[in-house]
Amino acid sequence: MLTNDLSVVLPELALATYAMLALVVIVYTGKDALAHVSLWVTAAVMVVVALWIGVGPDQTQMAFNGTFADDAFSRFAKVVILLSAAIVLVMSQDFMTKHDLMRFEYPLLVALAVVGMMVMVSASDLIVLYMGLELQSLSLYVVASLRRDHAKSTEAGLKYFVLGALSSGLLLYGCSLVYGYAGTTNFAGIIETTQGSDHLSVGLLIGLVFVLAGLAFKVSAAPFHMWTPDVYEGSPTPITAFFATAPKMAAMALFGRVVHDAFGGAVGDWQQVIAAFAVISMFLGAIAAIGQTDLKRLMAYSSIAHMGFALMGLAAGDAGGVEAMLLYMTIYVLMNLGMFAVILSMSRDGRPVTDIASLNLLSRTDPMKALVVLVLMFSLAGVPPFLGFFAKYAVLVAAVEAGLTWLAVAGVIASVIGAFYYLRIVFFVFFGSERDPLDQNDPLVLRAVMAVSALLLLIGSTGLFMVVQDPATAAAIALAN
Amino acid sequence: MNSLLSITTFIPLIAAVILLIFLRGEDEAAQKNAKYLALIATVLTFIASLFILAGFDPNDTGFQFVEDREWLMGLRYKMGVDGISVLFVLLTTFIMPLVILGSWDVKTRVKEYMVAFLILETLMIGVFCALDLVLFYLFFEAGLIPMFLIIGIWGGANRIYASFKFFLYTFLGSVLMLVAMVAMYADAGTTDIEVLLTHNFASDTFSILGLHVLGGAQTLMWIAFFASFAVKMPMWPVHTWLPDAHVQAPTAGSVVLAAILLKLGGYGFLRFSLPMFPVASDLLAPLVFWMSAIAIVYTSLVALAQEDMKKLIAYSSVAHMGYVTMGIFAANQQGVDGAIFQMISHGFISGALFLCVGVIYDRMHTRDIDAYGGLVNRMPFYALIFMFFTMANVGLPGTSGFVGEFLTLMGIFQVNTWVALFACTGVILSAAYALWLYRRVVMGDLIKESLRSITDMGPREKWIFAPLVAMTLILGVYPSLALDIIGPSVSALVDQYAANVAEFGIADAQAAISDH
Repeated sequence: MLTNDLSVVLPELALATYAMLALVVIVYTGKDALAHVSLWVTAAVMVVVALWIGVGPDQTQMAFNGTFADDAFSRFAKVVILLSAAIVLVMSQDFMTKHDLMRFEYPLLVALAVVGMMVMVSASDLIVLYMGLELQSLSLYVVASLRRDHAKSTEAGLKYFVLGALSSGLLLYGCSLVYGYAGTTNFAGIIETTQGSDHLSVGLLIGLVFVLAGLAFKVSAAPFHMWTPDVYEGSPTPITAFFATAPKMAAMALFGRVVHDAFGGAVGDWQQVIAAFAVISMFLGAIAAIGQTDLKRLMAYSSIAHMGFALMGLAAGDAGGVEAMLLYMTIYVLMNLGMFAVILSMSRDGRPVTDIASLNLLSRTDPMKALVVLVLMFSLAGVPPFLGFFAKYAVLVAAVEAGLTWLAVAGVIASVIGAFYYLRIVFFVFFGSERDPLDQNDPLVLRAVMAVSALLLLIGSTGLFMVVQDPATAAAIALAN
Repeated sequence: MNSLLSITTFIPLIAAVILLIFLRGEDEAAQKNAKYLALIATVLTFIASLFILAGFDPNDTGFQFVEDREWLMGLRYKMGVDGISVLFVLLTTFIMPLVILGSWDVKTRVKEYMVAFLILETLMIGVFCALDLVLFYLFFEAGLIPMFLIIGIWGGANRIYASFKFFLYTFLGSVLMLVAMVAMYADAGTTDIEVLLTHNFASDTFSILGLHVLGGAQTLMWIAFFASFAVKMPMWPVHTWLPDAHVQAPTAGSVVLAAILLKLGGYGFLRFSLPMFPVASDLLAPLVFWMSAIAIVYTSLVALAQEDMKKLIAYSSVAHMGYVTMGIFAANQQGVDGAIFQMISHGFISGALFLCVGVIYDRMHTRDIDAYGGLVNRMPFYALIFMFFTMANVGLPGTSGFVGEFLTLMGIFQVNTWVALFACTGVILSAAYALWLYRRVVMGDLIKESLRSITDMGPREKWIFAPLVAMTLILGVYPSLALDIIGPSVSALVDQYAANVAEFGIADAQAAISDH
C-alpha cells in the first residue's frame, strides 16, 4: 500500500530529495562557489521532472487515503509551474551574479518552493493543502529578503511574511470551521456533506469564505492585494519574476481545486464571492496602475488585474471555466516571463533601472527589444492577434455561458482602462524623447526568453496553441465534471 | 484556385516580414528598397484581387471563394466574399499602391513605415473576407496597432494625444462588441458567420431592473455592435476622435483612415447588425436616422468653421458617413445599394482630397487655410485636380459622389420623409464649405510672399491622381459597373430582413392579443 502511495508522489519526492541532498553536499563542499552549478542543475532537474510528469500516463490516482490527487488537472499545473520556475532560474543567473546575490541556497529554496506548489495543486485534503502552502510560503519569504543588506528587500520580505502569515491564519481558521461543520478535512468527505441541499450550512459557508479570503491573498486578488506592489518592487527582480509566475499558477490552481473538489456541490455559494474578487481586482489593477512610474510596481498591478480575469473564468463554475482559467494562467505566465526578461535586461552603466521613462525611444537603440515590448504590451492589453486576446476571449466565453454577462461587460471595460497604461509603455518605447540609452550587452539567455515568448504570443494564434489546449481541456474535465 | 482570398490577404504581410527580417540599415539604398518592395507587394495584391473580381459571380448571393480550416479553441479560419464585401476588398487593394506612392517622400524610419502600412493592408482585407466572428474581430482590432504607431510616430505636433484618443475610443467600442460576439456564440453554438446569418436570435421582450427591453437579446447585442461600429464609422456624437486623428496622421495615414478604415464600420452594420438582428435594427432605425441627420447637418456646419484643411475634410467625411448609416438602416434596395456605393466612392474622393492636402503640405508644411490663397496662379494643374474632387465631394452629377448621395436619399425618402428633408440640406451645406475652402486656397491673387516659389505637381503626383480621377468619373457616369455586383446580394439581404421583421410584427401582434 505504502509503495503505491509513494509511487504517486514520486515526482515531488524526487525534487524534494534532490534539494535536500544538494543542500547537504554543497554545504560540505564548495558553498557559494558551486552556486552556478547548483542553479543549472536545479533548472535541469525541474525540466526533467516536468517532462516526466508531462509524458506520464493519463490517469487519476489518489494516495494517502485520498488526501493527495494525481490527475490531469494537477499534472497540467505542475508542468507549467516547473517549466516557468526553471526558466526564471536560468534568467536570473546574470542578475544575481552581477549583484553578488548568487548564493547556493537560492536555487534550492526555489526548488523547495516548487515542491510546495506541487503539493498544493495536488492537495485533496485541508491538511495537505496547508502543508503545501506553508512549504511554498516559507521558502518564498526567505527568497524575498535574499538581499539582506538592502532596506527595500528586507522590507519586502518582512511585509510578505507578516501579511502572508495573516492570510495563512485566515485560511487555517476557515479550515478549522469547515472541519468543525463537515466533520472531515478530506475534500471528498466535505463534498459529500454538502450534497442534498442547494446551499451550505452557515458554519460551512463562513469557513468557505475564510478559506477563499486566504487563497485570495496568495493569488493577490483585490481586496487582499496590498502586499503585492511593495513586494514586487522591493524584491530583487529575478525573485519578482518568480513571484509573478509559478506561485500565481499554483495558487490559482489550488483555488480551482478547493472550490470544485470540496465545494463543487454549492457553486451558487462561492460563485458570487469569486465574481466579486474578479470585478474588484480587474478595476483596481487597471486604475491603480495608471499612476505608476516603476515597471515592477506596474507589473504588480497588472498581475492583480490579470488575476481578476483568471478568476472570472473560475467564477463560471464549470469545466469550461476551469479550462479558460488554465489557458489564461498559462498565457499569463508566458507573457510575464517575457516582460521580466525585458526588465531584467534593463540597466544603465551596469546598474539596474526599472522606471518606465528609461525605456524612452528604445525603438531607436534596440529595435528588436522594442518589437518584443510592443508584442508583450498589446498581448497583455488583450489586443488581437496576440495570444493575450485569446486568453481574454476564453474567460469571456466561459463567463457568458455561465450567465455572468455583467461580469464579462465589467471585465472588458476594465481592460480598456488597463489598455491605457500598456499603451503608455509603447508610447515611451516608440514615441518618447531622447534619453541616455540603456546598456546594450544583454545576456543571451534573456534575449532568447524575450524573443521566444514574443514569438509564441504572435504565432500562437495560428493554431500552435492547440498543443496546450487539449491538455487543458482534459485537466478541466478531470477537475469539474 | 481555392485559396485566392488568403493569398490576397497575406501577400502584404509576407512582404512586411521580409522587410522586417532582411532589410538592414537606414541609408538611402535601404530606404529605396523598402519603398519598392512595398510598392511591388501592394501592386501584386491588387492584381491578385483582380482575379477575385474576374471569378466573382454576381448572381450568386452566397459566399464565394470560401476557405474553411480548423483553427484554435473550436474556432474556424473561414474566409469568403459576397456581393457586399467584394468591392471593399477591391477598394483596399486599389488604394494601397497609391498610398505607398503618396508617401514616397517619407524620410524617417522608412522601413518601419512601410511595414506598418503593409500589415495594415493585410488586416483590412482580412476584415472584409473573414467569415468567423473571432477571425473578424482579430482583423478588426489588430488594425488599431499599426494605425496607433503610424499616427504616433509619423504624425504631427499633437500626435501623442491623437493616437491615444484614437486607440482608446475605438478599443472601448470594440470590446463591447466582443462581449456581444461571445453572447452570440453562447446562443447559437458557433462562430461561423454564414450560419449566424440564418440564425434567429431571441427577440422576446424581457426586462432588466424593471426596464422593458423591446426586442430582447437582439436589442442588447445590436447596441453592443452599434457601440463599436458607430465609433469606427464614426457617427455623431462619437466622431470626435476622427478630426484629431486625421490632423495628426501623416498624409498616407489620413488616406487609409478616410478611404478604408472608415468603411469598416459601415461594412460591420451590413454584415452583422442588419441581417443578424433585424428586429432590433427595425426598432432602433429611427434613432440611427436622426443621429445621421444630425451628423450631416451639424458636422457640415462645423466644417464651415474650420481653419485647418484636414480637419475640414475630416468633418466632411463624418457628414458623408451620415448618408451611409442612413441608407443602410433604410433597409431597402436603393438605400443599401446607395450606402455601399457611397462608401466606395467616398473612398476614392476623400482619399484624393487628403492627397491634395498632402501635395501642398509637402511644399509649405502647414495645413492652415489662411496660409494659402491664389494657388491657381502657380499651380494650374493642381487647381484642376482639386476642383474636380471638390465637385465630386459636393456630389456633382457625373461624379460618383452624386450617385451615392442620390440613392441613399431616395432610400430614406421612402422610409422617413422628414429625415430625408434634413439630410438634403447637407447637400447644400457641403457645397458651401467645399467651395469656400476651394476659393480660399486656390482662387484669388497670389499675395502671400511664401507662396511665390511654389511648384506645380510633379509626374509622380500626377500619376497618383490619374486612377482616382478615372474611377470617380467612370462610376459617376456608369454606376451599374458597381451596382450590378452589389445588387443581387443586397436584394437577398433586404428580402430576408423584410421577412424577419414582418414575422416579428405578427408575433408581436399575437402576443398583444393574448395579453388582453
